Amino acid sequence: MIEFEMPKPIAQQSYVLQTVAENMMRPVSRYFDEHEHEIPWDYINFMHMAMKATGAGSLAPPEEKKKEGEEAEKKEKRPPIGYQMLAFMLEMLSWGDVGIYLCTPGGGLGAAAVEAAGTPEQKQKFLARFREEKPVFAAMAMTEPHCGSDTSAIRTTAVLDKNTNEWVLNGEKIFVTAGQKSLEESNGFVVVWATIDPSAGRAGMRSFVVEAGTPGVKVTKLEHKLGIRASDTASIVLQDARVPFENILGSPEIQPDTSKGFKGAMATFDATRPLVSATGVGVARATLELVKELLAKQGIEIRYGHPRSKLTNIEREIIDMEVMLRSAWLLVIKAVWMADNRKPNPLEASMAKLRAGDIVTKITQRALELMGPIGYSRDYLLEKWFRDAKITDIYEGTGQINRLVVARNILGYSGRELR
Amino acid sequence: MYSFEPSEEQKMLIDAINRYAVNDLRRKAHDADEEYGYPKEVIDKGWELGVLQASIPETYGGFGEHSVLTGVLAAEEMAYGDFAGTLAVLTPALFALPILACGSEEQKQSYLPPIAEGEWQPFTAACIEPYFDFDLLEMRTTAEQKNGSYLLRGEKTYVPFANEASKMIVYANLEGKTQGFIVERDAPGITIGERQKTMGINALPIYKVSLQDVLVPAEQRLGGPEGHDPTPILASMHLAMAAMAVGVSRAAFEYSRDYAKEREVFGVKVAQKQAIAFMLAEMATEIEAIRLLTWEAAWMVDNQKAEASKQAYLAYIGAMDMAMMVTDRAVQILGGHGYIREHPVELWMRNGRGFAVLTGLGMI
Repeated sequence: MIEFEMPKPIAQQSYVLQTVAENMMRPVSRYFDEHEHEIPWDYINFMHMAMKATGAGSLAPPEEKKKEGEEAEKKEKRPPIGYQMLAFMLEMLSWGDVGIYLCTPGGGLGAAAVEAAGTPEQKQKFLARFREEKPVFAAMAMTEPHCGSDTSAIRTTAVLDKNTNEWVLNGEKIFVTAGQKSLEESNGFVVVWATIDPSAGRAGMRSFVVEAGTPGVKVTKLEHKLGIRASDTASIVLQDARVPFENILGSPEIQPDTSKGFKGAMATFDATRPLVSATGVGVARATLELVKELLAKQGIEIRYGHPRSKLTNIEREIIDMEVMLRSAWLLVIKAVWMADNRKPNPLEASMAKLRAGDIVTKITQRALELMGPIGYSRDYLLEKWFRDAKITDIYEGTGQINRLVVARNILGYSGRELR
Repeated sequence: MYSFEPSEEQKMLIDAINRYAVNDLRRKAHDADEEYGYPKEVIDKGWELGVLQASIPETYGGFGEHSVLTGVLAAEEMAYGDFAGTLAVLTPALFALPILACGSEEQKQSYLPPIAEGEWQPFTAACIEPYFDFDLLEMRTTAEQKNGSYLLRGEKTYVPFANEASKMIVYANLEGKTQGFIVERDAPGITIGERQKTMGINALPIYKVSLQDVLVPAEQRLGGPEGHDPTPILASMHLAMAAMAVGVSRAAFEYSRDYAKEREVFGVKVAQKQAIAFMLAEMATEIEAIRLLTWEAAWMVDNQKAEASKQAYLAYIGAMDMAMMVTDRAVQILGGHGYIREHPVELWMRNGRGFAVLTGLGMI
């Protein structure tokens, strides 16, 4: 049955997170925007404590329950909403401040990759740390200086040293979100994408869990960015970095004529793209709400139900923004609902992502035009959200890459048929 | 909970409507457009699917409960076959659904059973007016109270089957509020004009209706002497247009997608060019986004959520833009062939503009 009732646990979570956003994020938004590379530890420590206490937002597997029987059975009957919870959480925190949200401990894309492609043992081994005393971070390292969207062109290599049964990684990764916090500021890890056979192309692509403290791994640079300045964007150099054999995610064997490894990376995106979309929707909602509030202060009321020809320009703009915002959010909810119900969702994940990237840039850009000198001024956060918004259309697959994914899906084309 | 899966019952209904849409409406849409109407048996066959009848409770001769969400699913699927055909099949809903939603008990008992139990009959409604700024909320047709009755004055346009209909609902402005009145087609003061021709819904016979001091007894006011809240009617009109816009857009998207996979250019299929593939990706995304917005609004109406009518309006606004964008691109993807009436995309493009102006021609 088609339903749009927000589940109670999500409503409760949203209520709590809004308080966090209002009290711990908004008041320091401007400060961390203007003090790039400073780490918002107050927020991080608070979130770590809160998430540990409630279990919210964690991708870590739940602690194994000793008791079996009725309780477990009862729980299974409820439809799963884990990804939905997460999407709502990210939307609300990004409504607070998307740069600071990106500093949330708990694993981020790194843990998502382990969650999507790891064995139960790997999940246990790598994800347990997020429940420890101190906040821990994890990141995903895919992009290299010479390739971004063309992920299959990566040059970082992983070679198996049969004597020690270790993978030896060499290469350079850039644009690693939270790379510094994962490797230098906590006992975290980075999921590094590398090729185990450069001649095998996509079939040779694998990801490896590289833990903090691994010799030969170094953060070499922190980028200065247009927006999301509270979040560190690191360059990482791997020089004969050795990781244990069992840190490989997926099979170490290369099956000729398959691109399973590459597909593993893409499967991670099916889970993460809707979540990244949710962060964009959060920024868009913050912007639209503030614009409406500023308009209301000047006594401007938005009239609904009339034909466009009778509306003022401001009304048309606001109504269009509301359409964009809500429809994008529903695509996100559908994509995570599918993920929760184990339905394959590459099409829906990319639709959500391309739509979210489109609408958050449009909404923030039009909001600044509408608000004129007020919008452009640093007295308000609108100009910051305009800068923060743009990344939504770039990371985790640009709008163009997601169009390509959607196009291949609807046309039934392979990467070779539609390049 | 969130869920995006129609119920088993809804799936069965969608399947049945899909067969009709593809095998009957779509197959005859071109000729119906050129010949200004569908053969009666096509309309009858659509009526026999029971979309409206299933919305009317047994007490009033039907066999179901009114669900706007089910209506949205049904309207989308039928319009996937043809927009004008769907409007024709569902014309009696323009009369029955306002009575079901807002009518008095007497009105429901006297008007609904003959519609729900009978064959397709041209009960209709006069809503749209011939002004560029026509507004459902601020109509120029007026209702004036006089000796316990109402006098209706004004000009209506785009009234489906007005020449054949025995009864219609006329919407008018009563002291600033849109109110419905149940009017006999032959009432003194009513003049049915010539059949109107438009850009895109030729298969639906529509007429001008002029009202000159038409006297309507108070008990014929929709909802009885106290009148009614017009909001559910407007929401139903907005969502009918939104749902049909999704259906037409889906048709245009699929046709142009399939064409692009067949057509060769420069040694490859035209769909293998990103310029075309990206257009299709955006069309698909837009359709899915607005479809969900429409579903949610319909669900909100069914569940009496506070902002339901605003959401229905937003879905309609989104759908109007989506339909124009998608149908325009479908023609563009077929290039010169898209401009030729042998392919259906030019008809869908003409339909596509209609969603911005035809609110009031459909209800679900």
